[in-house]
Amino acid sequence: MIKKIFFQSIFFNFFFIKEVFTAETVGMPQLNPEFWISQIFWLTLTFGALYLVLSKIILPKISANLELRKAQIQENIEAAEKQRESSESKLKEYDKIVLKSKLEAKNIFKDARKKILNDINSKKETLDKQINEEIKKAEKEIDVLKKSAPEKINKIAIETSTEIVKKLIGADVNNSSISAIVDDLSKRNGDKYYGN
Amino acid sequence: MAANPMTQFEVYRIGPEIKLGAFDISFTNASLFMVISSLAILIIFNLGSKKNSMLPDKIQLLSELSYTFVSKMINDTAGSKAKPYFAFIFSLFMFVLFCNMFGMIPYTFTVTSHIIVTFILASFIFIGVTIIGFIKHGFGYLKLFVPSGVPIVLLPLIIIIEIISYLSRPISLSVRLFANMMAGHTMMKVFGGFVVSLGIVGGWLPLSFSVALTGLEILVAFLQAYVFAILTCIYLNDALNLHH
Repeated sequence: MIKKIFFQSIFFNFFFIKEVFTAETVGMPQLNPEFWISQIFWLTLTFGALYLVLSKIILPKISANLELRKAQIQENIEAAEKQRESSESKLKEYDKIVLKSKLEAKNIFKDARKKILNDINSKKETLDKQINEEIKKAEKEIDVLKKSAPEKINKIAIETSTEIVKKLIGADVNNSSISAIVDDLSKRNGDKYYGN
Repeated sequence: MAANPMTQFEVYRIGPEIKLGAFDISFTNASLFMVISSLAILIIFNLGSKKNSMLPDKIQLLSELSYTFVSKMINDTAGSKAKPYFAFIFSLFMFVLFCNMFGMIPYTFTVTSHIIVTFILASFIFIGVTIIGFIKHGFGYLKLFVPSGVPIVLLPLIIIIEIISYLSRPISLSVRLFANMMAGHTMMKVFGGFVVSLGIVGGWLPLSFSVALTGLEILVAFLQAYVFAILTCIYLNDALNLHH
């Protein structure tokens, strides 16, 4: 069945090609002048009308639309440009303000630091003065003690030596003779014992 | 069985016979498609130009893109002096394009596949351009036939060649469009006939050809309209800016 259709179609195909070639001999309808005048007439009419309507009504409208849109877009771009500029200047101002406040903060910090340092210094000075005074006082006391020390030592030396003599000899010794000896010793060797 | 591929180009009368003097100006299928094409153009561009919104809708965008397309084409080939002829070239381009495109719909008639139509258009352009050239440059327009920098010995030959090429412009312009449209439509018809005659078994190959040809023909329909318009621009450029 399929084979039959296939061969049939091929056969018809050849038949058809033959028909095509015969058709060419008939000629082109384009060269038949029967309706040429009609075509020229209608072409002039339709194309002329088309041209008139397009050129007088529609194209100017489209052109105006385009111009208007262009102008509007241009305007918008300009406005955007202006706003951008103003925002930029505002940003600059803001930066300036930030910078200024930073400087101010720095100054305040510096001042505070100076103040505190001064305070610390003055307090330190007074403290130093007080300490010095205390030290001087103490030194004076030590001096006084140092000066009175030899006399006491002499006394102790006299007393101990009389006791020792009493124990050794078993008799009382004249206090004044012993004190004379101690005085003599301390005068001779005082520098050795007490430093200054 | 497949019909004669040339019958699609036959012109027949629609309605009564109209006579204007001795001439038969009856309304035919060709006239019908001229009217349809013109009306389609007018409707589309009228809709496209009606309102001007900041964000154009599709039809407005279409018309505005066509406008800028043609205006750019004219400006590129013929310069700013060709601006007064913009409307004519725009209508010409649109008319040829729409006639070609309507011809792509099955069972329609292709107006531009008739030599008489394209020849009338081309001769109108030719005569118009020649008149513009003589108005703008007077007899200096004849310098078009004398290219600069040609040896004097060769000059007579060159002038004759230039004149012949100038005079053949309407013929080449009209035949180019007519032959392209006719050949394309004939070929599509022939392949369509093959599909029918080879049937369900062998018809697939010509069918695929037919599909491919349809795409090609749509391209050709646009391209030929574009070529027709751009050649008009080039001829106009010769007439407006004489630089030989």
